[in-house]
Amino acid sequence: MNRAKIVVILLALVALLLPVALPWIKTPLILGTAFGIAALGISILIISGQISFGHAMFVCAGGYAVAFVSRQWPHLDSAWLLAVGATTGVILGIVVGSFVVRYRAIFFGMLNLALSMVLFAALGKFFNLTGGTDGLRLERAPFFGMNLERDAFESVLLVVGVALALLSGWLVQRYLRSVAGQALSAIKTNETRLEYVGISAYQTLWIGYIISATLCGLSGAIFAIAQGLVTPEMGYWVRSGEIVFVAILGGVGHPVGAFIGAGIFEFVKLFAAAYLTGAWQMVLGFVLIAMVFLAPRGISAMLEQRTTSKREDV
Amino acid sequence: MSTPLLQTKDLQLAFGAVVVADHINFSLNEGERLAVIGQNGAGKTTFINICTGLIRPQAGRVFFEGKDVTELSPRAIALRGMVRSFQLPQLFTEHTVRDCIRIAAAGKRNRLGLWTPLTKAVDDDEVARILTMVGLDKRADELSGALPEGQRKLLDIAMALIMKPRLLILDEPTSGVSSDEKHGLMKTIMNALDAQKVTAIFVEHDVDIVSQYSTRVAAWIAGRIAADGTPEKVLADPEIRKNVIGE
Amino acid sequence: MSQDIYILAVLDGLSYAALLFLVALGMTLVFGVMNIVNMAHGSFYALGGYMAATLGLWATAHGASPAWSLLILPLAAIIVGCVFGALMETSLMQHIYNKDPILQLLITFSAFMIFEDLQRLVWGTQPYFVSDIVNYLGTADILGITYTRYQLMVVPGVALVVFVALRSFLKLSSIGRQIVAVSHNREISTALGINVKRISLLTFVVGSILGALAGALASPTVSWVPGIGGEMIVLSFAVVATAGLGQIEGALVAAILIGLARSFTVYLLPELEVLIPFLIMVLVLLFRPQGLFSVAQSRRV
Repeated sequence: MNRAKIVVILLALVALLLPVALPWIKTPLILGTAFGIAALGISILIISGQISFGHAMFVCAGGYAVAFVSRQWPHLDSAWLLAVGATTGVILGIVVGSFVVRYRAIFFGMLNLALSMVLFAALGKFFNLTGGTDGLRLERAPFFGMNLERDAFESVLLVVGVALALLSGWLVQRYLRSVAGQALSAIKTNETRLEYVGISAYQTLWIGYIISATLCGLSGAIFAIAQGLVTPEMGYWVRSGEIVFVAILGGVGHPVGAFIGAGIFEFVKLFAAAYLTGAWQMVLGFVLIAMVFLAPRGISAMLEQRTTSKREDV
Repeated sequence: MSTPLLQTKDLQLAFGAVVVADHINFSLNEGERLAVIGQNGAGKTTFINICTGLIRPQAGRVFFEGKDVTELSPRAIALRGMVRSFQLPQLFTEHTVRDCIRIAAAGKRNRLGLWTPLTKAVDDDEVARILTMVGLDKRADELSGALPEGQRKLLDIAMALIMKPRLLILDEPTSGVSSDEKHGLMKTIMNALDAQKVTAIFVEHDVDIVSQYSTRVAAWIAGRIAADGTPEKVLADPEIRKNVIGE
Repeated sequence: MSQDIYILAVLDGLSYAALLFLVALGMTLVFGVMNIVNMAHGSFYALGGYMAATLGLWATAHGASPAWSLLILPLAAIIVGCVFGALMETSLMQHIYNKDPILQLLITFSAFMIFEDLQRLVWGTQPYFVSDIVNYLGTADILGITYTRYQLMVVPGVALVVFVALRSFLKLSSIGRQIVAVSHNREISTALGINVKRISLLTFVVGSILGALAGALASPTVSWVPGIGGEMIVLSFAVVATAGLGQIEGALVAAILIGLARSFTVYLLPELEVLIPFLIMVLVLLFRPQGLFSVAQSRRV
């Protein structure tokens, strides 16, 4: 069994067993898995050589969709709500992706950023529809038909979150090994040649974009259900930056990287809140800078046993 | 008489005052090995770029297998069987040699699968055969970006070959390769083309290569085809010797 | 729309545009020379404002007249640019030229994160509002509208002076022309004997000073709180994307366009106020991605 698989199992076990010793850690763990799923989504685009500073819009849209639906139908099971989040991601990914994936490099980044800021601004301003900057609350819905108290609910959500993380990691890995996934990484190195061998870069990138938006939408649903609140902040550009940050920190070479990155992110946040007067952004900032110079392919890359020459880039 | 494999009718293209394609009427039959010669800027690459869909002519049509392909994209034309290789090797530098060929093989099927791994989605025996044919089998699992120049050329051409083209257009196949390797490279390519029964056009500057490996030569001067015939005839033509070969 | 509101909107828009222009100018200058988008550029804006507030409070505590602010504001900008800008360039930017563009962006984003916490550690989370200079300069009457002299003359005035000075500097001075050369082609500039490393440092410091100057100028007019750098940087993206990366004259026009669009929206359709700059950015990126004033080709397939 290779090192990456071992880390996957380790992370899953830690996530599931740590709350036994430290019950309060359930919420950060749930948020961490959600964050990791979003980072997994963005890593797909990073593999194609593109960087989006706007994917928090899909997280946000997924969260708000769950909030709208749950407020309208409060007895709708949380499992269905998760599906709502993912579906919102799919639909928006198809629509937005259809024109966004024609752009490359800085223009791709800026267009995604601009779109996310339009959503952010709109959600904050249209108070009657969206609750404005205070956001929308949603009540705890049944989970798998069971009406649960907060503690039990969180436990179920955590298990489901870990399961979704494992499932999405596995599916993304399969996707990246498929023709579409290999074509995706070929866009980064030679998009022209890709066209000349008969593969449409547009279709390839659109598929990747849709998958990334779906994962972010699912992530938003988990956030919404875990916190019982959605705010426009979820779609702020800095959140998008943090998703990219986590993906690069963990490394895009293996799906486990997204979760390693998310784990480090949440851990530093907790640690800094307790010991470093909350200066977690500074700590993480330095960590990433150090990592770019020392291990540019991310922490998960250190798990790989590479026989061929190292590459400097992502 | 059977339909020519490739035919152009009155291609016209000018960039301002510079005419790069001047009423090009041309046809190529299956089985031919055409060498295209001409000085830099004479319009050889423009001709290839028009035929393979990279640029549109201002006038004129391109027919492949009797069908009008003038407006099609490079991708559509490649899928129809007119494939090109590149003067500067165009590789997927972060993929292995084998994976580069696999991706090219997958393109031909025109189906973007999301589930089946690349390794299972293509005929890996075919891939192995091509690798052996061009002599890259020993380096198949190295990163393509790390290959030396001559082998990058071979890989570039192998990626075109795996697409099972009807017509292969090779843009300066031996440029950038050292003189002692040129003939070896050309022999390998020609053997592979023979094995696959591929019609070929190759742009070349080296007269030896042209005379040895082509069945027909077309010489470009200032956007026109100045001479078109057997290698013996064209290479002996005094106007060609003066303006193209530079003697 | 009454004439009064109309004039107010124009004055608001121009004053705001002046700030947008200065910030965008700094970012676009750095991009032209280094080919990197500095995600931490908004932090210089924030630091400029904080520094100006601190110096202003210190000056007032020592009994200085508010008029000194006119000196303190640019001084604050220069301090921030020379200290934090030079620090960032020498410790970070210099070393990432050959890195993957994605990594470059992430590094500047990390610098942004560090600067955010730095601001919080030094200045805390309470708002700063050192507006003595605005009160000191009083108001003026423009076509029946009462408007602060500070926002009417000082802010746009400084922006205009900077614009003219920078243009002349780039066209006429030796260093200026070297900067232009490096922004066109790095390798050839090196071959021509230009000290590209020094030019890069200088440009980055100047860019940071411009960002900080905008912050310093803005700080007497609005409550300075954490997060203001993050807000400003996305607005400056809007200006730069609309103008086209590297366009200086274009940035002025784009800033005026966005500034006026925003101020008119405030009076006509208040809900859309925050949206408008980004809506404009989206439209420009969709229909003319290289920017309204760029001659270069954009990366679109």
